[in-house]
Amino acid sequence: MAREYFDNELDKLKSAVLVMGSEIEENLVLVAGALIARNTAVAERLIAADLVINKQRIDVVMNSLTLIATQQPMAKDMRFIAAVIEIAGELERMHDYVKGIAKTSLEIGQAGTLLPSFAEDFPRMAAFASDMLSRSMVAFSENNAALARSIPKWDDHVDYLFNRLYVDIVEYAGSAPGLIAHANQLEWTIHNMERAADRVINVCEWVVYMATGEYQEFDSEYEAPPAIDRSNVGE
Amino acid sequence: MASTVNTVTRSNDGSVSLAQPANGLALEASGLNCYYGDFRAVKEVDLEIKKHAITALIGPSGCGKSTVLRAFNRMNDLIPVARAEGEVLLHGANIYAPGVDPVEVRRRIGMVFQRPNPFPKSIYENVAWGAKINGFKGSKEDMDQLVESSLRSAAIWDEVKDKLDESGYSLSGGQQQRLCIARTIAVRPEIILMDEPASALDPISTLRIEELIQDLKKNYTIVIVTHNMQQAARASDFTAFFNMDSDRAGYLVEYDDTQTIFTSPANELTEQYITGRFG
Repeated sequence: MAREYFDNELDKLKSAVLVMGSEIEENLVLVAGALIARNTAVAERLIAADLVINKQRIDVVMNSLTLIATQQPMAKDMRFIAAVIEIAGELERMHDYVKGIAKTSLEIGQAGTLLPSFAEDFPRMAAFASDMLSRSMVAFSENNAALARSIPKWDDHVDYLFNRLYVDIVEYAGSAPGLIAHANQLEWTIHNMERAADRVINVCEWVVYMATGEYQEFDSEYEAPPAIDRSNVGE
Repeated sequence: MASTVNTVTRSNDGSVSLAQPANGLALEASGLNCYYGDFRAVKEVDLEIKKHAITALIGPSGCGKSTVLRAFNRMNDLIPVARAEGEVLLHGANIYAPGVDPVEVRRRIGMVFQRPNPFPKSIYENVAWGAKINGFKGSKEDMDQLVESSLRSAAIWDEVKDKLDESGYSLSGGQQQRLCIARTIAVRPEIILMDEPASALDPISTLRIEELIQDLKKNYTIVIVTHNMQQAARASDFTAFFNMDSDRAGYLVEYDDTQTIFTSPANELTEQYITGRFG
């Protein structure tokens, strides 16, 4: 078969991206669970895992550049490699958010109680983000633009939960003295999870480019927090 | 096509004046079929060559791309059994119309070949020759100026200015090819056809030719046949992909701007060819 070596190398790149994706899918859920359960061992493991993800990303990029230099990829091969480089970058950033949440989790430690709504909704945010990522990896694997286009709308669920939690946390901060620091930590975790889901949308954009040759930007802008009615916030 | 032939007028100095093309096209092939005896080598080609652009013709061996290139300046006429049907319009005038002088067509549409083919004459004479046989009437100083400007345009002046009397054969392959381009330019063509102009050259000489082609498009329209897809991608503005059909006739599969052809071609055959998975 023509270009057997090249095709094998492209398959290796695809596998490497899928491995990264599946690890991050799992870690998004694990980090939310670790925060809620105050499981510092899992949080520490996820922080360490970030180094591995970073290396995987660099390997994917370097192997892609080698193929560009040695195989002169054109058309769908070139689009695939371009998408792989971009998607590997998005995945690596996604895991930075996992690491950020894990670090915050360690800062919060095992003391105190979490907001009930946070304990309920934060894992749901993580589940949506992880599910979106999972679907985007299927779309990537299948070169499936239609599937990639269907994923961004799920980000609305993540944004909805983010907004709801944001308001809850602000109200919580105002409910008693000395809660600002803790509330700020919680805000950072929901912010990180919301951004992780946004990164999935970027992945979808590159899958569409890879499959069709057209870059289509989906609405993945950072969701500004809702305005807070300060009259309801305690002094 | 008498009406279009009439748009060609010849002045006393032998030059041909034409109405300026309103559509930005240098050449328009329509319904072009090329035959060698009974064998149809190229069928039904419709292709518009944009002015002051570089158009690459690519495709597998036998796809008819060189035949199409040679049809663009009636070079195929030199093969006894060859004939063309259809039209190739130069500023709206069919170069195959009765009464059109093929020699005049070739003056206005020059050609550079795969292997450099300097004459066994001095570097100076190589460049001056074309102008002389085309009726150059200027003084010695005028000819000196023409030779220098042609060699400069072909980016070889600095390398040969001190040895214009030496044989063209004394130059390297890449220099010889640039000398041949200078010889073509000296006739003041409008269009330069290049049939794999760098395929016999080393990589550095190849890149110099590609750079030169980019410079030349400011003043000329370039059509280049190349087997080297990277060269087409690097050096052209538009790319036409040809393939051989089941009846062994070459046909145009896809024609678009080069960026589109090499990033998102519309046709699956084009995709297979440029990604090296053809056949």
